[in-house]
Amino acid sequence: MKISIRINGKKHTDEVEPRISLTHYLRETLDMTGTHIGCDTSACGACTVTLNGDAVKSCTLLAVQADGAEVTTIEGMAKNGEMHPIQQAFKEKHGLQCGFCTPGMVMVAADILKHTPNPSEEDIRHGLKGNFCRCTGYHNIIKSIQHAAELINK
Amino acid sequence: MGNYVGKPVKRREDARFLKGAGTYTDDIKLRKMTQSAFVRSPYAHAKILNIDTSEAKKAEGVVAVFTAQDGCGEFGVPCGWQVDFKNGETMREPKHPLLAKDKIRHVGEAVAIVIAESLELARDAAELVSVDYEELPAVTDPKKAMDKDAPLVHDDWKDNAAFDWCIGNDRAEVEAALEKAHHVTEMEFRNQRLAPNAMEPRSYIADYDVNGDKWTLYTSTQNPHLIRLLMCAFALGIPEQKVRVVSKDVGGGFGSKVYHYTEECLVTWASKEIGRPVKWTSDRSEAFLTDAQGRDHVVKSKMGFDKDGKIVAHLTDEYCAMGAYLSTFAPAIPTYLHGTLFQGVYTTPLIHLNVTAPFTHTVPVDAYRGAGRPEATYLLERIVSKGAREMGIDPTEIRFKNFIPPFDGVEQEGYQTQVALQYDSGNYEGVLKKGLEMLGYEDFRKEQSEARKNGKLIGVGFSTYIEGCGIAPSAVVGALGARAGLYEVGQVRVQPTGKVSVFTGSHSHGQGHETVFAQFVADKLGIPMDDIEIEHGDTDQVAFGMGTYGSRSLSVGGSAIMKSIDKILEKGAKIAAHKLEAAEEDLDYAEGKWTVKGTDKSVSFGDVSLTAYVPHDYPEGLEPGLDFSSFYDPANFTYPFGTHIAVVEVDADTGRVMLNRFIAVDDVGNIMNPMIVDGQIHGGVAQGVGQALLEEVVYDEGGQMITGSYMDYAMPRADDLPMIETANTVTPCPHNPLGVKGAGEAGTIGSTPAVVNAVVDALAHLGVTDIQMPLKPQTVWKAMQN
Amino acid sequence: MIPAKFEYMKVSSVGEAVDLLEKHGFDAKILSGGHSLLPAMKLRLNRPEVLIDITGISGMDSITEQGDEIVIGANCTHSQLLRSELVQKQVNILAQAADTVGDVQVRNKGTIGGSLAHADPSADYPAVVLACDAVIVAEGKNGSREIAATDFFEGIFTTTLNDDEIITAIRFPKIAKGNYQKFYQSASRFAVVGVAVVRDGDSVKVGVTGVSDTPYRATAVEEAYAGNGDAAEHAVDDIEVMSDHFADVEYRSHLAKVMVKRALEA
Repeated sequence: MKISIRINGKKHTDEVEPRISLTHYLRETLDMTGTHIGCDTSACGACTVTLNGDAVKSCTLLAVQADGAEVTTIEGMAKNGEMHPIQQAFKEKHGLQCGFCTPGMVMVAADILKHTPNPSEEDIRHGLKGNFCRCTGYHNIIKSIQHAAELINK
Repeated sequence: MGNYVGKPVKRREDARFLKGAGTYTDDIKLRKMTQSAFVRSPYAHAKILNIDTSEAKKAEGVVAVFTAQDGCGEFGVPCGWQVDFKNGETMREPKHPLLAKDKIRHVGEAVAIVIAESLELARDAAELVSVDYEELPAVTDPKKAMDKDAPLVHDDWKDNAAFDWCIGNDRAEVEAALEKAHHVTEMEFRNQRLAPNAMEPRSYIADYDVNGDKWTLYTSTQNPHLIRLLMCAFALGIPEQKVRVVSKDVGGGFGSKVYHYTEECLVTWASKEIGRPVKWTSDRSEAFLTDAQGRDHVVKSKMGFDKDGKIVAHLTDEYCAMGAYLSTFAPAIPTYLHGTLFQGVYTTPLIHLNVTAPFTHTVPVDAYRGAGRPEATYLLERIVSKGAREMGIDPTEIRFKNFIPPFDGVEQEGYQTQVALQYDSGNYEGVLKKGLEMLGYEDFRKEQSEARKNGKLIGVGFSTYIEGCGIAPSAVVGALGARAGLYEVGQVRVQPTGKVSVFTGSHSHGQGHETVFAQFVADKLGIPMDDIEIEHGDTDQVAFGMGTYGSRSLSVGGSAIMKSIDKILEKGAKIAAHKLEAAEEDLDYAEGKWTVKGTDKSVSFGDVSLTAYVPHDYPEGLEPGLDFSSFYDPANFTYPFGTHIAVVEVDADTGRVMLNRFIAVDDVGNIMNPMIVDGQIHGGVAQGVGQALLEEVVYDEGGQMITGSYMDYAMPRADDLPMIETANTVTPCPHNPLGVKGAGEAGTIGSTPAVVNAVVDALAHLGVTDIQMPLKPQTVWKAMQN
Repeated sequence: MIPAKFEYMKVSSVGEAVDLLEKHGFDAKILSGGHSLLPAMKLRLNRPEVLIDITGISGMDSITEQGDEIVIGANCTHSQLLRSELVQKQVNILAQAADTVGDVQVRNKGTIGGSLAHADPSADYPAVVLACDAVIVAEGKNGSREIAATDFFEGIFTTTLNDDEIITAIRFPKIAKGNYQKFYQSASRFAVVGVAVVRDGDSVKVGVTGVSDTPYRATAVEEAYAGNGDAAEHAVDDIEVMSDHFADVEYRSHLAKVMVKRALEA
């Protein structure tokens, strides 16, 4: 099937098999490997991207379902070489270790902050339920998202 | 100490990870690369009657299908550690075949590999491989595996034992002391099996170059050199110099990526067979079924106390599962990394541990974060707390009574334990005192008794742990059965411009070596961190290495780099002396330059470096260049220690445990980067809490794993944990140049018993004395009803 | 993980979807949020030959007030429900339950119609639609019909929907006072027990999910409550209680009583 998706502001048109997930399309067809596969069954959140502005798990979305949509991946967060405030905050607060869950964490953080610009610790923990991190114990991820809120609201 | 060491320097590796620009193995694509999929057994124990690959071979896009009949059947992956039976009989070491030939020994064992043009086609064709099995009865519990009528995992031997082992004082002496003890506390429990669950699934790409007769293996491993050695010398029999192993960005390991796995060996073999690169990336289901798992001990223990609460003797018998085959370090885990910690931080005069290590019809068990030490700490910290409660002594008081007094390992000698080791330095009461201050212990007890009046169940639990890490002197581990040395390699190459490349045999998979190693190198050389690059994870770049596990990177890997820097500075001083026309002993080195003492005459590190490579005006007899490599073999393990305190509330109606506070006071020796140490502790604690409250691999009677996905294997999510309150004391390690001990596993080792002790404390007035981990709501609720 | 091959068809009307269902029968599956279906397909536990994507049907993702009812389009996502002012104001219990479904990402994609049609015995909404006496609107080759929630669930993953029918909307009466209590399973975060209580004057309506292979109205609780008895004690009267590795029959039964009590007291 032919699909056309605007990804990080750029239109991509490709022929794909319906069974290919958006993650697979990003990684294998477009070589955008920043979106990771941790479980491939929508439990771990490593594959999180935004679809028309909402965080979704791209492993549980067929590429054909995203036809005509606007997708942002981790690669689209930095603008003109400058990291997005969420990315900056993760660096500042040591919100990552091995880095594997990080793209998903950053993308879900964007969704959390979109709906709760001044999130409490509890809001953030609630918002992160769909993302596993095995390295940080979430402690510094929460601090990062709090810090990102400060940077964005400044 | 300098400009960088001791400061929370932000990580240099973060930018690429944050931008999605890391290079994990599955991100790599090679020209003409094929994809593969495995056909795996749905049975735990079965005879393979027939494998029919004919349909699969005909399927669209299939390049090759291999079974054990196809040449790879002769190969197996080796075990790297030998523990012989107490009676002298050699460890039973079954062949661990790359593909099962006649018999299946655990669910998920591979019987065929299908290689195709794309992943989807490989998966489609794998479904066309038809295998006839004859299912056999299985045994998955390590104690039941030693029953007389237990199904045999390997038919070559009369029972399932891989080996047995003991450590400590004479058993009869320990038993006699227990007979005479004023009070004896007993415990029986299972330290449950855990799945490591690094978020990046294992991934391999093997690329055989026909023209050069060389292989490159891209692999998600924690120790590329050891993989190369094991695969070349012990598995496939290919010349080591023809193989390059690359492991750059790795998405977490926690032990599970230390080992040499059958899949990486098989894709290496297959790449030559088909003359094209072969990739395999595990999916999460396969990870549950095939990544080496952790723990799985069945424990029976007795601890004797005198009337004052001093421990007089400790006797333990354990059955520790090995799984279906012996994974790379498996035999070392319940023995040398476990029994040697039975002293804990206490002056216990008599200790005996007896271990039986059976094969079971399960995925192999090996090191998982902490590896043997969490199991030892869990037992010790639970039984000491249980004993205290039985004797009516406060859990902190019993610890203060039994602590080994402080010693620095310099003025005071190291502490010789009853279980082979000599601790380097420690101040065990110091960390507990600090923890109690942070907690506000007295206030907590008041709050607790008030809460109980209102039916609210809150409790506090303590764990005063020690662990042995930085593994360790090669001669010692060799005597203990290791088939490899356990040193580390560090090369420092000064470029002509004075910029520095450091090559380390340690491997970073989240620990931040690119930052921390650069911090101390920069300080030691007195140059900016930006002038230093840390390279790891490539056997063609780094001379040799033993990799990262056992919290050894800084203490062993860092020390090797320090040794090379000493050599650089020693040689640099010769060049500087020549340039300054002064004697070497008249020079001081500081802030990146050599200065003639008492003068302002100096020469910079950069100038000396350039001179070393452009040796026109140069000391006679001195070789050009400024590049040194060192092997550092430590004098001893290092022994971090600490106090972990958990405060919990139990929902009286449902049994659900809420962790309200977690305090971790850790002494990891000198601290290079407090931000990173804190991060390591946070993550370690989360995994320890995971074991206490949530995680458990469950096999049913037939050997099926019923927790083989995230729908059933509960792992800590963000709302399962509180913020973690951390603090440190600093007792430097006396025997390595950085004075560091290691922080990677401390959190996991210390935390688990603190949480369980807290829950038992919360429920003690209801008569609860022990609860089996994980403390699932159901388990806790049932304990409250009895 | 990649599903077996299938054909994908995106429809723009209910009629089109119904025609395709009729044509392909058991070989076809409706794709809405996909959060239960796609993982099962990737694990190759489910292999439909045709996927009918209904998310493009216009109007099926609206939330409207129609007289005494709030009508929720089947394609409304969980996020839409929990953020809708109309839902928050008129059927707050539904917003409350929606917030406990999965996680942010799942809520952004998963739909109420998909969840109800899938009929997972541990899903949250069944308790709510039962307690609310909601009506499920389905459309098939014989036109549209309304199914009372109490007549909708038949068993594990089975409903009274015909093979050619899809859910188009769910009609909720306005609910002044309701409460949803969930005891989640630690791994999947599905409900071990989920209890929805809706108050109507002095009487209550109680929906229970997670406890049995079919969600149910706890009529014994409702009757005991009306008679001022210890209502929660009747949470599992005449119910066959499920058992698994997180909650056996004894514990699950106990939890059902606890959650009923909490929902009644909230």
